[in-house]
Amino acid sequence: MNNEASPKNNPSRRDFVKNSSLIAGGLMAAPLLSSANFFSGSEATIKIALVGCGGRGTGAAMQALLSKQKVKLVAMADAFRDRLDECFNTLNADDISEYSSTVKNLKDMIDVPEERKFTGFDGYQKAIALADVVLLTTPPGFRPIHFEEAIKQNKHVFMEKPVATDPAGIQRVLAAAAIAKQKKLNVVVGLQRHYQNSYRELFKRKDLIGDITSAQAWWNNDGVWVRPRQANQTEMEYQMRNWYYFNWLCGDHINEQHIHNIDVINWFKNGYPVKAQGMGGRQVRKGKDHGEIFDHHYVEFTYADGSILNSQCRHIPGTMSRVDELLVGTKGKILCGAGSIVDLKGKSLYKFDSSKENNPYQTEHEELFAAIAKGEYKFADAENGAKSTMTSILGRLATYSGQIIEWDKAINSGLDIHPKVYAWDATPPIVPNSDGYYPVAVPGVSKYF
Amino acid sequence: MTRSTGILMLTVSSLALYAQPGSENFKKYQQDIPGSSISFTMVPIPAGSFTMGSIATDKDKKADEMPQRTISISAFWMGSFEVSRDAFDLFFRDETISQNSTVDAITRPSAQYIDLTWGMGKEGGFPVNSMSQLAALMYCRWLYNKTGVFYRLPTEAEWEYACRAGTKTVYFFGNDPKDLGQYAWFNKNSGNKYHKSGQKKPNPWGLYDILGNVSEWTLDHYLPDALENTPDQSKDPVAPVNKSKYPKSLRGGGYMDDAPAMRSSNRIKSDPTWNKRDPQNPKSKWWLTDGMSVGFRLVRPFVQPGPDEVNSFFQQYLGK
Repeated sequence: MNNEASPKNNPSRRDFVKNSSLIAGGLMAAPLLSSANFFSGSEATIKIALVGCGGRGTGAAMQALLSKQKVKLVAMADAFRDRLDECFNTLNADDISEYSSTVKNLKDMIDVPEERKFTGFDGYQKAIALADVVLLTTPPGFRPIHFEEAIKQNKHVFMEKPVATDPAGIQRVLAAAAIAKQKKLNVVVGLQRHYQNSYRELFKRKDLIGDITSAQAWWNNDGVWVRPRQANQTEMEYQMRNWYYFNWLCGDHINEQHIHNIDVINWFKNGYPVKAQGMGGRQVRKGKDHGEIFDHHYVEFTYADGSILNSQCRHIPGTMSRVDELLVGTKGKILCGAGSIVDLKGKSLYKFDSSKENNPYQTEHEELFAAIAKGEYKFADAENGAKSTMTSILGRLATYSGQIIEWDKAINSGLDIHPKVYAWDATPPIVPNSDGYYPVAVPGVSKYF
Repeated sequence: MTRSTGILMLTVSSLALYAQPGSENFKKYQQDIPGSSISFTMVPIPAGSFTMGSIATDKDKKADEMPQRTISISAFWMGSFEVSRDAFDLFFRDETISQNSTVDAITRPSAQYIDLTWGMGKEGGFPVNSMSQLAALMYCRWLYNKTGVFYRLPTEAEWEYACRAGTKTVYFFGNDPKDLGQYAWFNKNSGNKYHKSGQKKPNPWGLYDILGNVSEWTLDHYLPDALENTPDQSKDPVAPVNKSKYPKSLRGGGYMDDAPAMRSSNRIKSDPTWNKRDPQNPKSKWWLTDGMSVGFRLVRPFVQPGPDEVNSFFQQYLGK
């Protein structure tokens, strides 16, 4: 991915290096790797560590193991032992025919004895140390810390989106991304539409619609799981379990899910918005177990050339549901979900053959591991991952405050919504009021900078 | 593995409260769903016997449709339409029951990760799509709770018997697929999407969209040699429930399929790739991210089983 934004909102390489020495001390001290130096033993098996053992982490681990290269899972880390065990058991199933028609089971590719299973907030460091490639699939709030550590330890990375929940985290990821480039470490980010055949084919043909003048993006559906509070949980444990509803962990659903659609527009626009303004709130999902996040956002993002992305995301059951992107240009439209390009009169200019669609979650691992096995440096997704994440965060800052939020101001704000201390008995950055409900942003009142 | 007979068909030992087929109690009726304005129509499928499997002259016949067997079938009713999104949503949105619970006998499907109708249509008489066999059977359990009537999925044998409606040809309207477009939405006329139920001509027994539109879950575990292992003159055969999630049998073909998939004898087996774009492991028990042309149709056995038998049926298929 090669997204060169306008210089104004794209810090130079020199800025990155300057920042990184401030933010990520020690990162640069590591020696550069030779491009083929990924395996650490005598046999050329790529060692994998999984950091974050939930449903997505389990999926990513399985896709990595099914990547058709010589790989082994050697370490696992999760804040919670029960999540780690569930994941380990799923991966070790006798029969994985539900996932793969070619491989009976993955047992030979899993070598994670008790001493290589790490729990708690600091398990990630130990797991990362044992591998050549790390899969970072915890809730997004931890991604900057984990990514920084992986690059510091000279590892190739697959990391899920979004890659941060606040501007301070974005800066850490951008700094580490610059160093990953210098070290020639492959980084793939799970914005899997970049690895999906239909999107790749549409992207190749985007000039059919001329200059993109406006776009729309949707992630409207019923929403996700809730994990109710259990007796004997500390506030920190409760939030870590029910992480979707807390911004330091999730960044709100505009960040955690809608980023996919926003990122497609950035990709096709070959840039990032300069400002955002929008509205949102909590209309339906407003109980004690719903933390602080909104259930709907509508944002207009403005790009440097004045073109607009109208983005909407909603988590309200029983409402109109659509997950899609639409780009309008001077000569036609791209309808991403339908895999089609039409002229301004609606006449078809291109239609993707849906029988040629791939499983992008699998493809991103096949391409990453093939590059690593060959000793190639091919993937540098982190910078775009950070900037598309920043776009979503810009939207959240706009809907929460009701103000126009400028990219440059927001990304350089230093805004940090994370706990000072990561520990089970530490106080999270947001706590419930005396009535058990969490404080929620009020547009027109809430201030961010 | 051989097919069992009778185990699941729940023949009732207690006094049958219903009159015999042929009587006035065995006719088309409308089932209202209490507490809603939604209803659906059930048509009678008389008891009888038929030849199951593909006919010798069928140039598209496949090994898993052979050899032909004479099978007898007890009376049942069958939905004239595939189950609608409108009806399924009453269950999916029923806030009186839990969602995705591992312990509750009746529980709703989890929310869809993305909109699995893919914009093809929801309210107003479209078939429900993209659900697993488990979700279809859980709907049956919910419906039993709501109506007191036992509905379930058809067996493969019941489905083929009802689809043939007494015909012995490749399709219920003859051997030549040229007229298929009058009866079915399939790859040549669907525009790559499903359509509202009931717009095409029905089969002789009043079943609409029995071919095409969405393919229909059956109760059977898919066995490639099912007919091979079904003795001739069997009554109400079914391949028993199997722990393994894959493959299960479906019938009828969907809007993406070609004409040969619409043949009365054609069998479809479920496949893990129907969930390939589910980013989570384990995959959703309820929804198929890539099974957009999968749906289901209800049957109601003429002889209704008692509550204990109904309960043990659901326990067997739903695991609780």
